[in-house]
Amino acid sequence: MDRQLSFGRVGGFSYEDPFLQGWGKPITVQINQDPKTGAAIESTRAFVYEKDVPFPNGIRHPRILGKKPSAASESKGRINEASEDQGAVFIVREVVEGGVMIPYIENATATRGWLPTATLANASDSQRLHVGKGKIMFVREGCWWCHTLLPEQTQDWQYFGAPPMLGDFNGESPTAFGSDRKGPDLTHVGSRNSSREWMVMHFFNPRLVQPHSIMPRYDYLWGEKDVGGNTIDYDGWRAAYTAYANGESIYPPEVPLPAADSEARALIDFVLNLK
Amino acid sequence: MFKYLFAKAEDIPAGSAAIYFGYSSIVWFVIGTGLGSFNAAKLAFPDFVTGSEILSFGHMRQVHVLAVILGWISMAFAMAMMYITPALGNTKLWSEKLGVWNCFLWNVGLSIGLFGLWMGVTSGREYSDLPWPIDVVVILGLLVPLCINVIMTIKTRRTQGIYTTNWFFGAATFMVIIVFTVGNSPEFFQLTGLTEAYLTWWFAHNVLGLWITPVAAAISYYVVPKVTGNPLYSHRIGHLHFWSVVVFYSTPAAHHLMSAPLPEWLKSFASVEGVLILVPAIAFVSNLLLTMTGKWRMFVENIEIKFTITGVLMAIPLNMQGGFQQTRAINWYIHGTGWIVAHAHLALLGFSTFLEAAAVYYGLQTLLRRKLYSLGLANFHFWMLLIGFTTYWVSMTIAGLIQGAGKIYEVPYIDVVIAEHPYMIARWVGGTMVFLGNCVWLYNMYMTAREGTAIPVGRLPTNVNRIIRGGNYRGF
Repeated sequence: MDRQLSFGRVGGFSYEDPFLQGWGKPITVQINQDPKTGAAIESTRAFVYEKDVPFPNGIRHPRILGKKPSAASESKGRINEASEDQGAVFIVREVVEGGVMIPYIENATATRGWLPTATLANASDSQRLHVGKGKIMFVREGCWWCHTLLPEQTQDWQYFGAPPMLGDFNGESPTAFGSDRKGPDLTHVGSRNSSREWMVMHFFNPRLVQPHSIMPRYDYLWGEKDVGGNTIDYDGWRAAYTAYANGESIYPPEVPLPAADSEARALIDFVLNLK
Repeated sequence: MFKYLFAKAEDIPAGSAAIYFGYSSIVWFVIGTGLGSFNAAKLAFPDFVTGSEILSFGHMRQVHVLAVILGWISMAFAMAMMYITPALGNTKLWSEKLGVWNCFLWNVGLSIGLFGLWMGVTSGREYSDLPWPIDVVVILGLLVPLCINVIMTIKTRRTQGIYTTNWFFGAATFMVIIVFTVGNSPEFFQLTGLTEAYLTWWFAHNVLGLWITPVAAAISYYVVPKVTGNPLYSHRIGHLHFWSVVVFYSTPAAHHLMSAPLPEWLKSFASVEGVLILVPAIAFVSNLLLTMTGKWRMFVENIEIKFTITGVLMAIPLNMQGGFQQTRAINWYIHGTGWIVAHAHLALLGFSTFLEAAAVYYGLQTLLRRKLYSLGLANFHFWMLLIGFTTYWVSMTIAGLIQGAGKIYEVPYIDVVIAEHPYMIARWVGGTMVFLGNCVWLYNMYMTAREGTAIPVGRLPTNVNRIIRGGNYRGF
């Protein structure tokens, strides 16, 4: 449920995003204030679908969601009232039925009056995760040509974490398992390494944090401006880095922080969210 | 080529479509292997050409794969079908005009698709990377016309019975349409999750199993008897090969997803079917090698036989690997490592490319009625391909075994990367040799069309032809 709600409808080529720019994808927010009343609530993960952002097909599909979660999502979560024309905010909830925990999707716009715009405004920049757009970047930039999202059998599980279970990928497309591993598996990378600073440096130039890495530099995902709105001087940075790599200076140049709407930010959000 | 698109059918010389397909395939081979060499350089030296989105590894890898599969291999197949099918039916190609249009659409469609892929317009599914509108173009513009032309040529044949090669051609052109349609159905119908993953690998497996492998084999069923003059050792074994390919090769898709939470029975079924691939493999290899009886001299002396038999011999390690590496006992060790990359190149660059190269060499000489411009350059091409490929294959196999060992001993991944580095450089050297060899090939075939010695009718030496034409049969 979490995966398909955070990724949105399709992670590859689609009507809403034919050039894989991350258009028409939901934003995942972690909020601790009720967007309608402003009252403090326990930290909640909400999936914000703004107006005209298509819903994943699986959320209303009993075969994908499972019979009981599907029924609970309709009766308790009022999911059928959600409309793409209006946008919606979804949260994942659980209910105990006959001693069995059943997860379901709640349409918080209908049940609690959380409007997408209000929910987004309620979350600070650090509480927003552009996971849907990040998945697009992961697919478009071909991260999965070298990093698998599926641990191999046996020993691999000890190193890269628990294997996925039946149903984990329901509603997700493409799954981007990858087949040819040239770097570590990323299924649970967010649990191994949750440092955003490390990720920023690593994506800008992997050799800054891992001298032996053969990962390409993804500095072009930063775009033209950094988070402060300053133009990024790539040539200057490269010159300074080359001097550092050649041993002519002691410290590497400072890595610019990615802007909130940059592709790098989305990709880092996606990777940190792989837990 | 363009002048024939709207010409009257009878004005188009026989063989035009095959010639265009032949040259297109060589150009795509140069492009595809050039991209491969560039990508390999990036894996060996990560700071080689950086800072540009379109020249990044993640944007170019899939272009390399599809340029080679749909450009080089499939167009060489189409070329072979367009001259071998009529030759075996003692007839002409059903529609030369459709063939010319097919070649035109193939080049245009593939260029558009690969350009988009390069820019990042992808479905995110390995081997079926092209987004679904391009898939529709591939099916309707590339594969359906080819299928119609081949099957109609077989239907209008002037011989009794159908030779093994044409069985394979007719069936494979039909099956590849099904493979493309069903394999891309997750995009047409937005299927998700494991269904999507399974169908992705169903496509990836079957585009090899029901298209590349059978057609490549079919080509050698023609080239070896034709060039050596020996009849095929056994048609019955050929039929065993045909039916066992169709039955066993179409089902083992799940062995690509042994660690995914797919049903266990499906994985076991796929694994057993995977081992049974040895049936068509042994039938094929033994049939071709026995056909060579008494003509092994040509393995050394004749360029087409040299390519073909090298390809056939490579089918032995290919299928031994393919049959057993997907069983549970071995798969967990080598899955997702460089071993698989080596295996994939053994299938496409080793086995299949050598067979197709022979067909293109032989076909272009026959169709153009010109002898090869330079046999020396052809031999140079052969050795560049063979040594380059072998370097690649051996280095990637070793890299894969290192990765496998790193996996079971839980070595930090970066140490595996460090250990693999020399093999990454070797892979780049091997790939670059293949690319340079292909550049020489393109030059050689270009010069063949321009300056190759013209072959008179019947492909006999000039003086013999003169004697026959003069009605003087002394000495025969």
